[in-house]
Amino acid sequence: MRTGKIPHWADVTLVPLLSVALAFAISAVLIWAIGESPSEAVKLMVEGAFGSTYGWGYTLFYATNFIFTGLAVAVAFQARLFNIGGEGQALLGGLGVALVCLYIPWPHWSIALIAASLGAALFGAAWALIPGYLQAKRGSHIVITTIMFNFIAASLLGYMLVSVLRVPGSQDPASPRFPSEIALPKLHEILGLVGIPFSTVPPVNIALLLGIAMCFAVWFMLWRTRLGYQIRAFGESEPAAQYAGISPVRTTIYVMLISGALAGMMAVNSVMGEQQRLVLNAVEGAGFIGIAVALMGRNHPFGVFLAAILFGFLYQGGAELALWTSIPRELIVVIQALVILFTGALDNMVRMPISRLFALRKRAG
Amino acid sequence: MALNTPAMRQETAASDNAIELSGISKAFGSVQANKDISIRVRRGTIHGIVGENGAGKSTLMSILFGFYRADSGEIFINGKPTEITDSESAIRAGIGMVFQHFKLVENFTVLENVILGAEAGGLLRPSLARARGLLKDLAREFELNVDPDAKIEDLSVGHQQRVEILKALYREADILILDEPTGVLTPSEADHLFRILKGLKEQGKTIILITHKLREIMDVTDDVSVMRRGEMVATRVTAQTSPTELAELMVGRKVLLRVEKTPAQPGAEVLRVENLRHVDSQGVERLRGISLGIRKGEILGIAGVSGNGQSELLEVLAGLRHAEGQVVLDNEALPLSGAGCDGQARRARRIAHVPEDRQRRGLVMNFHAWENIALGYHHDPLYNPSRWRMDNPAIIRDTEGKMSAFDVRPPDPQLKASGFSGGNQQKLVLAREIEYEPDLLLVGQPTRGVDIGAIEFIHQRLIRLRDAGAAILLISVELDEIMALSDRIIVMFDGRIMGERMPDETNAQELGLMMAGMA
Repeated sequence: MRTGKIPHWADVTLVPLLSVALAFAISAVLIWAIGESPSEAVKLMVEGAFGSTYGWGYTLFYATNFIFTGLAVAVAFQARLFNIGGEGQALLGGLGVALVCLYIPWPHWSIALIAASLGAALFGAAWALIPGYLQAKRGSHIVITTIMFNFIAASLLGYMLVSVLRVPGSQDPASPRFPSEIALPKLHEILGLVGIPFSTVPPVNIALLLGIAMCFAVWFMLWRTRLGYQIRAFGESEPAAQYAGISPVRTTIYVMLISGALAGMMAVNSVMGEQQRLVLNAVEGAGFIGIAVALMGRNHPFGVFLAAILFGFLYQGGAELALWTSIPRELIVVIQALVILFTGALDNMVRMPISRLFALRKRAG
Repeated sequence: MALNTPAMRQETAASDNAIELSGISKAFGSVQANKDISIRVRRGTIHGIVGENGAGKSTLMSILFGFYRADSGEIFINGKPTEITDSESAIRAGIGMVFQHFKLVENFTVLENVILGAEAGGLLRPSLARARGLLKDLAREFELNVDPDAKIEDLSVGHQQRVEILKALYREADILILDEPTGVLTPSEADHLFRILKGLKEQGKTIILITHKLREIMDVTDDVSVMRRGEMVATRVTAQTSPTELAELMVGRKVLLRVEKTPAQPGAEVLRVENLRHVDSQGVERLRGISLGIRKGEILGIAGVSGNGQSELLEVLAGLRHAEGQVVLDNEALPLSGAGCDGQARRARRIAHVPEDRQRRGLVMNFHAWENIALGYHHDPLYNPSRWRMDNPAIIRDTEGKMSAFDVRPPDPQLKASGFSGGNQQKLVLAREIEYEPDLLLVGQPTRGVDIGAIEFIHQRLIRLRDAGAAILLISVELDEIMALSDRIIVMFDGRIMGERMPDETNAQELGLMMAGMA
């Protein structure tokens, strides 16, 4: 007899929403404790993130990064592989984008976008392949190896930027700017086509649509293809997968390739869409935020999309808060950490009382 | 007046009933696991409780041992109304429980396990000394001998069970509950256990025996209660009932206890195994030169106490373990390691496999029924209209057909495997493997944890597959099942074949000796 069964809709909506609410409640107490007004802070954050197309633009730009890295973690987790190397894979994805954009002259941004996406995916996948192979063949734990590969990726990128890609004579460890012909169209240009006015400032660009397409692609892959079936069976039960003749080695490697490719594709948004050159800290921790996004999104591509928007809001709203109040930048990181803590680590704290409530309601009804 | 009632009941009941449950109900969500259950267990008797899986036996006992609180109802111990809020209060009330899956610390000694949680004071030495003395007495009195300084992991299953009983007795239990105690024992170990239980009964202890084996009920109990679908349907004095009546009460209809089958019509040899050897990941040699053959249209049963290499044999043949030796199927060798030795390759050679552990291997518990029907057959062209895409609606349609052919209840392809009862989970696996129409079916423990009604059905299906010309290799720890289904019986002990018998020329005693390595 199992207790603690809750309806699916409550599991995917009520639990995360309550977790977020709890995190916000504690954040409010913190803000109040340092002598600021929580209600004022909420107002600033919401207005800053959603109150204008400028705010929306930044929120969606950040969210696009998190969609890619969140999907990367979610896909790997479907096979119960904890890929926390999204950071490094995204860095390598950036290198892939830069090489594609710098060394090959593209006639049009659309072809460059396809090529850069492939380059990013290829480099990200290659970076995830090594830990995947080591896990599958040697049993080296993927958490350890992927996190170590983050450091190697950072060093490798540093070397590439300083010694290979740097503009001669420049002190700045960054690649030259990409040709302006292949600059990706921004969201205001796309929306302009259908007559919707949108702020021209934020860097949100067509990579957002690529991210949304990837959500659908990942969903289709997981639930409508044989590969997805094998990945999920392997993740749910390795003995049963072995019984079914699903190769653990091949599945692990495939999953890590897909995961790394998704993480790498984040660079299309940040490197090609925003910076238009490769810089040292192109990823800015989005690889790690991806873990929280996947956790909160229940490792489902559509959940990842929604969670990415929430974290985009936290990023943008938090930046506004730091700008307009004396709430220090660090506290915003604390708020983000609280959301991660409650939606990820303390998930059961919310789930258990809810399941008890449902049990009670059922008995009464 | 109302206040007097319990006291009055106490006077009348104290003399003869060790336990009285009155109106116990317990629901888990929408499932009513126990419905208004009342039962009296006379002091100094062995009281059997039988019922199919999911009938509510374990829930009732968990309530009695304080794991669950009843939604309503009263418990009287020795006539006294007793609140049992947790296992500690159950132990204080004199109740001891021996679980189906032992709760022992593997790398502790017997003595350490016995005193665990019942240490008197901060120093271990006095408790250990007291336990040692007590163990010696108990060993003498009840044949409960176990080496007090042996580590649990070095003990046989039968001995581990004795440690569980000793733990309860050390805590001065007067009422002992045993949940399916013989599932893991050889016939002779089971006999020994029953001698222990009878000895305890003579000392005035009360014993509740939960089992689904009617023969044990008839052999050792004084009274027997039958549960069905959460209700207590009858209590009988064992001497005045029969296995047939009990089976009918359990299932709610007439049941065939014997398997109806015609003699086998064996054809050509399908599978030839020569000198098969297997060393497991711990470096233990599990198969030490197995040779056997199976012909078309026959069921070869492999008897043995679990852990003597039968499981490994099954998994080697199913391609899940590597081995050395020779296996020939239809005049073509089966690879025993490397490429071509996996579940997929075996299915391509028309070998189907019903694994021993359906919840771990045979099913993905978190998958829908239809996803499980595709497990292992996910490359089937019927399910794959193109190279990449899986045709989920086609699988669902196919699942509906298989579920109705095998009477899986509820016939809902969208239900997760974990939502089915044990019997229906097994039917799901059998539907998948039998409908593949294999040349060779490997079956492990086809009816473990399956209720009587479903057992009958599963046995019939296996016979039908045999009659259609398939070869079947059957592995089961239930000797009755081996004897009832097999056309030939091989007994395994310690990775070797002890001998081969025809079912109508042998008996449980002879097979039991062979299973213990003594013949």
